[in-house]
Amino acid sequence: MTVNGRNVAGECEDRTLLVHFLRETLHLTGTHVGCDTSQCGACVVHLDGKAVKSCSMLAVQASGSHVTTIEGIAKGQDLSAVQTAFKEHHGLQCGYCTPGMIMTVTDMISRHGSELDEATVREELDGNICRCTGYHNIVKAALDAASKMGARAVAAE
Amino acid sequence: MGVEGIGAKVLRKEDRRFITGMGRYTDDMSVPGMKHAAFVRSPHAHARIVSIDASAARDMPGFVEFLDGQQLKADGIGNIICGWQVTSKDGSPMKMGAYPALADQIVRYVGQPIGIVIGDTQAQARDAAEAVMIEYEELPVVVKGPDAIKEGAPQLHPEAENNISFDWEIGDAEATAKAFENPAKVVRLDILNNRLSPNPIEPRATLGHYNPAEDHYTCYTTSQNPHVARLVMSAFYNVAPEHKLRVIAPDVGGGFGAKIYIYPEEIVCLWASKRALVPVKWASDRTEAFLTDAHGRDHVSDVEMALDADHRILGLRVNTIANLGAYMSLFSSATPTYLYATLLSGQYNIPAIYANVKGVYTNTAPVDAYRGAGRPEATFLIERTMETAARELGISPADFRRINFIRSFPHQTPVIMNYDTGDFEATMEAAMKTIDVAGFEARRAEAKARGKLRGLGMSCYIEACGIAPSKAVGSLGAGVGLWESAEIRVNPVGTIEVLTGSHSHGQGHETTFAQVVAQRFGVSVDNIQIVHGDTDKVQFGMGTYGSRSGAVGCSAISKALDKVEAKAKKIGAHLLEADEGDIVIENGEVKVAGTDKKLAWHEVCLSAYTGHNLPDGMEPGLKEGAFYDPQNFTFPAGTYICEVEVDPETGVTEIIDFVAADDFGNIINPMIVEGQVHGGLAQGIGQALMEGVNYDETGQLVTASYMDYAMPRAWDLPMFKVETLVTPCTTNPLGLKGCGEAGAIGSPPAVINAITDAIGNNDLTMPATPEKVWNAINAVA
Repeated sequence: MTVNGRNVAGECEDRTLLVHFLRETLHLTGTHVGCDTSQCGACVVHLDGKAVKSCSMLAVQASGSHVTTIEGIAKGQDLSAVQTAFKEHHGLQCGYCTPGMIMTVTDMISRHGSELDEATVREELDGNICRCTGYHNIVKAALDAASKMGARAVAAE
Repeated sequence: MGVEGIGAKVLRKEDRRFITGMGRYTDDMSVPGMKHAAFVRSPHAHARIVSIDASAARDMPGFVEFLDGQQLKADGIGNIICGWQVTSKDGSPMKMGAYPALADQIVRYVGQPIGIVIGDTQAQARDAAEAVMIEYEELPVVVKGPDAIKEGAPQLHPEAENNISFDWEIGDAEATAKAFENPAKVVRLDILNNRLSPNPIEPRATLGHYNPAEDHYTCYTTSQNPHVARLVMSAFYNVAPEHKLRVIAPDVGGGFGAKIYIYPEEIVCLWASKRALVPVKWASDRTEAFLTDAHGRDHVSDVEMALDADHRILGLRVNTIANLGAYMSLFSSATPTYLYATLLSGQYNIPAIYANVKGVYTNTAPVDAYRGAGRPEATFLIERTMETAARELGISPADFRRINFIRSFPHQTPVIMNYDTGDFEATMEAAMKTIDVAGFEARRAEAKARGKLRGLGMSCYIEACGIAPSKAVGSLGAGVGLWESAEIRVNPVGTIEVLTGSHSHGQGHETTFAQVVAQRFGVSVDNIQIVHGDTDKVQFGMGTYGSRSGAVGCSAISKALDKVEAKAKKIGAHLLEADEGDIVIENGEVKVAGTDKKLAWHEVCLSAYTGHNLPDGMEPGLKEGAFYDPQNFTFPAGTYICEVEVDPETGVTEIIDFVAADDFGNIINPMIVEGQVHGGLAQGIGQALMEGVNYDETGQLVTASYMDYAMPRAWDLPMFKVETLVTPCTTNPLGLKGCGEAGAIGSPPAVINAITDAIGNNDLTMPATPEKVWNAINAVA
């Protein structure tokens, strides 16, 4: 599979989940595990451009796919608009749910663009749990990133 | 205020590693040769262990070792302790049931660890753990606090007759009885404070590493207080001598109290690493977290409030049964006593208070401090009673509180606390204005026209942070001092390292603590590094809990800065040939006041280290340390108002608006303070609306996953309206009161007061699930 733009290969047991393959075989520990029931969303990555919970699929199912993790979302030293918005709006505290949040919000904006509104953000965050922020600043960060990315898209046209 | 000093909204220095996936949490750590642990846990709430057979496990692939409680005991590993000795009203010490890190005879809650399996991989360790065969003889079970003290209840510990650890009291029983002799009115309520699971999103984890070549131990762990962990593991559990044990709490993914305590898994992994001569890592899964992380709250209380004809409170009488779980956790005795009943005066002048608290054992996980720790229980009890009294008197809840507010400070309550400052009316007025209380009846009518029930609920909380002074808490039974330490290391180039005993696990200390230093010398926060969480780097510290890092941790930093400043001024005066009293340090410069004579900060720092031109007799270097022991608690206070809309068809409650007006004293970084309030509100609203740990009658935990335990999600919460008013704390150098727990303390009664206002039925317990609300509506319909 391709992970963050690089071809990778590795051996694992059949039962190995994608999240464990990323964390233990590839040592990409930015993707986290926060529950056992696919509820918390700390493990969200992008699989062929779509947000998925990497605890909900086997590593072998991702064979041949393009995977992007939190480590691959910035361009070199340049943070993505969503990463920047999380920092500017204090959208994180302990940081544990943050990688999953950023991957989910990035996916959300790719589908809704600058049309993204508060109700949609809150509804689409149903699969990501944060215990620190009360979601207030995460929602603000998502909306700000959406409007900035939307403006950038318009400017590019 | 400078752009980066105290009061400035400085973006967090620590964020970059978290938003790029470069945070380093305990489960991210690995060392060569590391193996993985799985714990064999009791499936029964109360049972005698008849036999343990690990022979099948030993044949499993990847098996490394199995160890049990007999071996633990034979190696002299001590029982888990409670660090606060509470004395019952008859003068007897609390009764502590023996709590071994691995049960060797009796198990008393589901999930209690019995053995550890070490395997090559986590999956192999878990497979092998399932193959360990244990024969049990089941014993009768009790799970509710009030049931535990009934006649004939199953008995948990031979040490604790009738399952009572302590039967404690506070206040003046006689004076309180007198207040109830001839009152104009008595308000009575039964209060349940629901049991919660703290649920930091990072589950607990530990990596124990014994190095036989050096006879040295390293423990990575998800701790809020690594030095306390080191002290307790060495002095009480005999796992490793203190000078040979390094405890590292790296990035920690939330704590909320659950990561204060030293748990069996940390002790056992470190011990097992020495037994098996391999590094041993264990990472909890979420179900284990629900089963074994210390729970919070779980009080059953009754309260009576006596009032005179002018609606003034004459007295308050409270009886509480606090469920301690099966064993006493580290601070489990202090939470329902000194952190709870000392706050029962609330924001009000109450001449007489008496409270009795019984701490009782049940076949459930240990219960200890969870965000707020005792103060949410006190606030919920007082503020539900205040709102109920106002309704029964037929006056507005605000007016009833106005009549009874404390208005002069310092104020001595009948329950130990001495409030230094506050302006309770100001925070209440601010909250009422922001939520537009005046316009509420129109909004209620508009909702009614749509078939919805609107309600408004208020909560005026006061809490206590920075628990102290050490001498006082020592006299009340604390086993440790509650000071904090700091060391300021100024480098020769003028950059500064701050070593602090506080631990940051989301609070943003790497930014706010740097702001305190930036304020003092005008050095950029980018040139200030905060070092914490490693016992090899920081000399000692008491850690982060009880909203103490500002009020106590920053006070220690401030005290150490005083010493650095004094020495830097001496050097500056010497170099500038000026009088020491004329030297000022600001904006990164050391100046002679009223002249243009000055040196850059780094020039003075370099001089301190070259030693070429220092005052006679002065030691080189610029490094100072301080220990700070507070004079008093600090008392954050405020008013929270919640507006809800209930759908009478479904019982679903929607939070329409939530306003928080807090007085935290001075504020270092308003952005971070607001974030702390938001998170606290979410947890308090979670408690009020949806969260609840439930055991069935056999002691099985039926809320052991996120499918069963309702965590607040984004769609459950509104955008919060948060504002702060300031009366600086008078007892610490920076005037800080603390902001970490207020949101969780003040919000539950505001929500329940709002729902009961909406539905016209005051009989409603937390969590106010749609089912309960619907039933409450229909009970009065």
